[in-house]
Amino acid sequence: MLKVEETQPVEFSSALLAKFDEVVKRYPEGKQKSALLPLLHLVQAEFGWTSVPAMDKVAEYLKIQPIEVYEVASFYTMYFLQPKGKYVLEVCRTGPCCLVGAEKIMDHIAQKLGVKEGEVTADGLFSWRGVECLAACGFGPVLQIGPEYTFYENLTEQSVDQLIDDLKNKDLRQ
Amino acid sequence: MGRKLLLEHINVPGINTLAVYREKGGYRAVEKALKTLTPEDIVEEVKKSGLRGRGGAGFPTGMKWSFLAKPEGVPRYLVCNGDESEPGTFKDRFLMTHIPHALIEGMIVSSYALGANTSYIYVRGEMMPQIRILEKAIEEAKAAGFLGKNILGTGYDLELYVQPGGGAYICGEETALLESLEGKRGNPRIKPPFPAIAGLYGCPTVVNNVESIAAVVPIVNDGGDEYAKIGIGRSTGTKLISASGNLVKPGVYEIELGLPVEEFIYSDEYCGGIANGKRLKATVAGGSSVPILPANLTLKLANGEPRLMSYESLSEGGFATGTMLGSGGFIAFDEDQCIVRNTWNFSSFYHHESCGQCSPCREGTGWMEKILHKIEHGHGTMEDIDLLWDVQRKIEGNTICPLGDAAAWPVAAAIRHFRDEFEWHVKEPMKSQSTNYGLANYANPIEKAPEEVKSQN
Repeated sequence: MLKVEETQPVEFSSALLAKFDEVVKRYPEGKQKSALLPLLHLVQAEFGWTSVPAMDKVAEYLKIQPIEVYEVASFYTMYFLQPKGKYVLEVCRTGPCCLVGAEKIMDHIAQKLGVKEGEVTADGLFSWRGVECLAACGFGPVLQIGPEYTFYENLTEQSVDQLIDDLKNKDLRQ
Repeated sequence: MGRKLLLEHINVPGINTLAVYREKGGYRAVEKALKTLTPEDIVEEVKKSGLRGRGGAGFPTGMKWSFLAKPEGVPRYLVCNGDESEPGTFKDRFLMTHIPHALIEGMIVSSYALGANTSYIYVRGEMMPQIRILEKAIEEAKAAGFLGKNILGTGYDLELYVQPGGGAYICGEETALLESLEGKRGNPRIKPPFPAIAGLYGCPTVVNNVESIAAVVPIVNDGGDEYAKIGIGRSTGTKLISASGNLVKPGVYEIELGLPVEEFIYSDEYCGGIANGKRLKATVAGGSSVPILPANLTLKLANGEPRLMSYESLSEGGFATGTMLGSGGFIAFDEDQCIVRNTWNFSSFYHHESCGQCSPCREGTGWMEKILHKIEHGHGTMEDIDLLWDVQRKIEGNTICPLGDAAAWPVAAAIRHFRDEFEWHVKEPMKSQSTNYGLANYANPIEKAPEEVKSQN
């Protein structure tokens, strides 16, 4: 699902490129492609998603073909190939969390935000989606919010309301 | 109280820092290993310990290490598998969050034993906070001289890096993990060659689970024989169990292998029983991939003896009446849970996570999800149950990696033990949308399995 019309040229800051340089040092000479996944995380943290022009720049930096970046970004679920809300609430939807009410939490989030899974709220602040097991089954229901993947455990409808309100307020202050 | 080797100091404030970790005896294993033991000595101790891979497969770690090829002039790698994604399993996240140095120390000792000078800890990308924790711990260890060039003046060099994944269950399979670490899609490789011969960048590589690596520390400190004294039979040592679902006290517990399952579920030292005063309906004992068992077969073997938390006891009876210890992801279902709905949920997980290389898995997982969706939502027929059985059998054993088996087993076991519940969904489509089947006939499941099941084992 690479959308051509969404693609605007991007520039990588020297600070971002310095981070790239640090990552590439971890691998042996000539194996710089290993840096691809970490680099895409850095790009997404900076721009909110991984656009085609950004991926092309990563390819150029790593001296690999653009297709080698696209095929990786489209394989792994963490990379957004379309713009999302500023805060993406990712709720675990797998078995153990469902035993303790994850489905209700997702319904509640959809209602509270007024958008379906994958959509962005009108103010551009929020998206939400169900994701597969986040390895926190004993503390479910759980959700995470990138780019730092802050974790929220033992969710209730009240704690989700509070979280969304806090994020809104935080954004107003900025 | 069972002995604790990994989580003994879990409640000590500041145990995530190097200073407190060392106060509690941390990094003794590095000193002992690098100054007094040869790499071969350590491999020997790990063999003696009987340690088995804690990621799920249960393959003896010492034996895996001894397969590592050692061609002249070719680097060797140790890669730690921290891609914990098996539904029901959250022990590695817990360990990395609270005692990161246990993993770092294990990595240093294990890398030395394998002759690796560069090692990687591959952690699933969603665990960004844990990646930060590990990176900080590595910095601390490096500053204290436990990593880098000429560690503790012994001439041994080691660089240790943390690699984030991108969100893919399949990367927990060791060859998919190596592909991912090379910056590619996580498609499992055809074996042989095994990673011990041609792994990361085509070089000899060992891939071990987080908990396995951490367990090397007590083995080096106290010796393999001491470690092997804990546990039962060929299930030696302690195991981290992730307990989730409808339990009074879900969480991560370190148990001595051989603990009775009943004690684990009901004693206050562990899970404290079923939440909200309800009764136990079923368990998945080792992560979502292993067969689900009804309550009676969870607590007792088919012959009536108590079932124990060990590799052998949990798999006693084969798949007809047993299951597997797997990764130790213990999920408990209370009497209100719907087996069909849960099986549908797991199937949709495997469908989502199939890498798509092998047709039986790529297509079969989708078929299973669709059929289960149909039955769960009151549109199923009796033929659908047989079709589901047929599809899972055609996936099992016909794929490059074990994801196909992992997708097939939970479906097979659900039909094997809870066929009456599937049939009830077909016969009572309206009722099944508003109520649950409850405990019903779970007490006598074996007679309810179709003929094929009986002959299968």
